[in-house]
Amino acid sequence: MRHSLTLRIGPATFRIGSAWAQPIDQLKRLYADYPDVGGAIADFTVRLQPTSAVRRWVRPSIFITGDHGLADAAPMSLAHGLLAAEMGMNLQMALGWRRHLLLHASSVEKDGRVLVMTGESGSGKSTLAAQLGERGWRLMGDEFALLDLDSGAILPFPRLVSLKNKAIEVIAGEVPGARMGPLLGATAKGDIRHMVPRADAVARMGEGGMPALLLFPRFGSGPAERPVGRGEVFMRLTQASTNYVALGEPAFAALTRFVAQVPARAIDFPSGEAAIAMVDRLWSEIA
Amino acid sequence: MSAALLVGALRDPATTAGLDAAGWNSLIAMARAERLIGTLAFRLEGQAVPDAVRPILADAKEDAAREAQQAVWEADRARAALAPIGLPVILLKGTAYAAAGLPAGWGRFIGDLDILVPRDRIDAAADALIAAGWEWVKEDPYDDAYYRRWMHELPPMIHTERDRMIDVHHTVLPLTARPTPDAAAMMADAVLITDGLYMLSAEDRVCHAVAHLLADGDLQGGLRNLWDIHCLLADVDPEALKVRAARHGITPHVRQAQRLAAAIYGTGGRLTLWDRLVRARLLARNGWGQETRKALVFAFFVRSHWLRMPPLMLARHLLTKWRKGHRPQ
Repeated sequence: MRHSLTLRIGPATFRIGSAWAQPIDQLKRLYADYPDVGGAIADFTVRLQPTSAVRRWVRPSIFITGDHGLADAAPMSLAHGLLAAEMGMNLQMALGWRRHLLLHASSVEKDGRVLVMTGESGSGKSTLAAQLGERGWRLMGDEFALLDLDSGAILPFPRLVSLKNKAIEVIAGEVPGARMGPLLGATAKGDIRHMVPRADAVARMGEGGMPALLLFPRFGSGPAERPVGRGEVFMRLTQASTNYVALGEPAFAALTRFVAQVPARAIDFPSGEAAIAMVDRLWSEIA
Repeated sequence: MSAALLVGALRDPATTAGLDAAGWNSLIAMARAERLIGTLAFRLEGQAVPDAVRPILADAKEDAAREAQQAVWEADRARAALAPIGLPVILLKGTAYAAAGLPAGWGRFIGDLDILVPRDRIDAAADALIAAGWEWVKEDPYDDAYYRRWMHELPPMIHTERDRMIDVHHTVLPLTARPTPDAAAMMADAVLITDGLYMLSAEDRVCHAVAHLLADGDLQGGLRNLWDIHCLLADVDPEALKVRAARHGITPHVRQAQRLAAAIYGTGGRLTLWDRLVRARLLARNGWGQETRKALVFAFFVRSHWLRMPPLMLARHLLTKWRKGHRPQ
């Protein structure tokens, strides 16, 4: 492909090829402080290619694919090329990664112990992780938490943090502009803006930690808190995993151990400040 | 760059010793695109490979092992579903190779479960499968009628709980295709694998794979199908294969597949001009895993329809599909 870049994020290496320069240039700027792995052997190939020969030039339209693709993936406009690249990497991980149990979760670390937050899109887990990452925690990732099948540790996967809609102004107010990506308006999920994690998150992206607390955050009401039973935690985490079935028995064993060892709480919160206060209290009480 | 890199690695794994990082990236992307990554992983067993490649191959092998286990279980479920109506399950393609432990199945990607049943029992087979939890995938009445009237299989079904597809074949090629392999003879000579599961005889396995590769297909996934044939040929008696190919009316196709398998995966062979065109189509893949030679690929796509249907019927079919917005990829 005409334009390309190799990126290493946590344990995974991506070779990203694009028919257009723009998405690659944006990735280069935002991932500038990540390790230089040009020419490395990649775990996955991502391709941003035109949906047809004409759509390379006329109203450019990106088909996101690669080693693992979805035939019915919706095409995206070139203006959203950065998002397309990020989605392409997500797609490869979700469909192809086998070395850890993938949990659709954000995670942050303090004193070698990890807080894992999972919930549906819009629950506030990304925003909360981004905010904690600016306030004394180390951001490990906002999209996937990688659960090591043998040791039970959570490993970092610190991609760009994807901020949506109202979360954008909340975080942009706290983070220097150099760490913010371009505003991508009117995507399928509304407005999106990416944030580069702090330098410590990138520098320590090979370093995992043992999970100490699992939260199911929910933005919009409360504050309220309830314990979550092991059966429910197990079911919700199997649903939050894209490769639980593919990994089979080792995933069952790792998840069983996680559920038995890590206390879990569901929290409802009306604002970021309220959520951070709840996290601090729960962390000091039970983690 | 073409898929010659991939076939070279499958033919002689030692050639990968000279690959740099860019070469490995190309090889892995091609192998994944052709769904031959598991096969490649098995072929490279015991070879020294770079550290970054080792986990990729290990993952591919584990995926293949899990797929094989799942496929054989699915076959067993079909066996249980069809046993009450007295139909044995004759497995075709990947599931058969996996269940029988044939080299063609080592690391092989397995998609749907393909089984062969007598044409006069297809309705009973469909009813039994529906009773056991399968359901029709295609709701469209045109598609349904198209399959039933013209094709060599029922419309695909999917299991409601396990999300796995089954293709119930009642013959080898579409009823409208020019060669007509003798499905009844294939069923009569099927051999027991284990526990009520059957597969075709060694010669019929080759004939079936060849029919799909050369008489029917647009050569999508052709490198994988040719790898199957290359592996399956090791088990046949060449004279018996000749007789069987003649019986099924596909002698030229079997001969061509033998030439291509020898030239691409074996020790070499003389190719005709037509063989070279097929080889060019099979190798149309670049180091990013993309299909190349669009015109040639499209020509084979058109040809596959031409082979399957008489021209007037083809025109009517394409018009119907086109009105609904279907486009060839």
